[in-house]
Amino acid sequence: MNQNPVFRVVAKILFAPIIMFGLYVQFHGDFGPGGGFQAGVIIAAAFILHALVFGLQAGRQIISARVNLWMMVLGVAIYGAVGIVSMAKGGLFLDYTALTGSVGSGQHIGILVVEFGVGLTVTSVMLALFHAFAGFVEDRDK
Amino acid sequence: MVVRTGRLYAVIVMSGAYSLTSAAIFVNLDAVDVAFTEAAVGAGISTVLFLAAMAYIPADEKPSQNRNFLAGVICFGAGALLLLAVMDLPSLGDAMAPVHQHVAPRYLAESGSALHIPNVVTTVLASYRGFDTLGETIVVFTAGLGVLMLLAGATRTKRVKADNRTMAAKTARPKANKPKTAEPKSATKIARTKA
Repeated sequence: MNQNPVFRVVAKILFAPIIMFGLYVQFHGDFGPGGGFQAGVIIAAAFILHALVFGLQAGRQIISARVNLWMMVLGVAIYGAVGIVSMAKGGLFLDYTALTGSVGSGQHIGILVVEFGVGLTVTSVMLALFHAFAGFVEDRDK
Repeated sequence: MVVRTGRLYAVIVMSGAYSLTSAAIFVNLDAVDVAFTEAAVGAGISTVLFLAAMAYIPADEKPSQNRNFLAGVICFGAGALLLLAVMDLPSLGDAMAPVHQHVAPRYLAESGSALHIPNVVTTVLASYRGFDTLGETIVVFTAGLGVLMLLAGATRTKRVKADNRTMAAKTARPKANKPKTAEPKSATKIARTKA
């Protein structure tokens, strides 16, 4: 844990806006630059900043290792599920137009959900990697 | 520009700076999405992950003594072949390049009108090439899973070894003492209940 008050105050101020910006990048990817990969990394960066300043244990209290692992799986599952739903609705695999029947709403919903799956997986994988690497130091120093 | 150093901290920070510079180059080429990714992944997360990985390795690169001339010849040969291949590439920004002639015009023309989504990069990534992106997501997932399995295993064996060592040395650690103090209590309890 870092006792420097400057770090702690800056991390507290930045934590929520970084996640907010990540969500904007996530859900505004149809219109502006961005998408699931970038948003996932940005949101993971917020949690890594939190863990760097307040310690790995504090980070683990927000998202436990178990939940993190499930988030990794869930992201890929959401992506695959969109493909299967579009097949069930009579289209091809990942044919978003078949989701609602119209091109406009189908493509929007499909891309939004798929990008959300990508973002979820990327966020949790980045967090898991950081905790796997940084946790080694804490285990060694115990 | 070539920078040579054996200090790994410097290497990591330099590679982060290099990523940020190339992100600026991508913005200059109007590839905003790529620049975004490069800045977030290359300059941000990669640098932090490299620094975290430094825990496993010493801070300085091991100075290598052997000079392998065959490896040098192969390296320079491969480099020369790559440079030769670059000569055949179309020049930067050439509108007649094959990459701009195949499906790209259709994507550019259709994305806004047929799919009602203005950002062509997103439609190519998630809709036209949705299957590829599913594969990419699975690659990220698998890579994360692989690293987790490798590193979690490494730390667990370390911890077990450390515990065995402390048990063998019989140091007065509270964790090691707990079962010892607990045993007599339970033994007396059993004795009492028996009595």
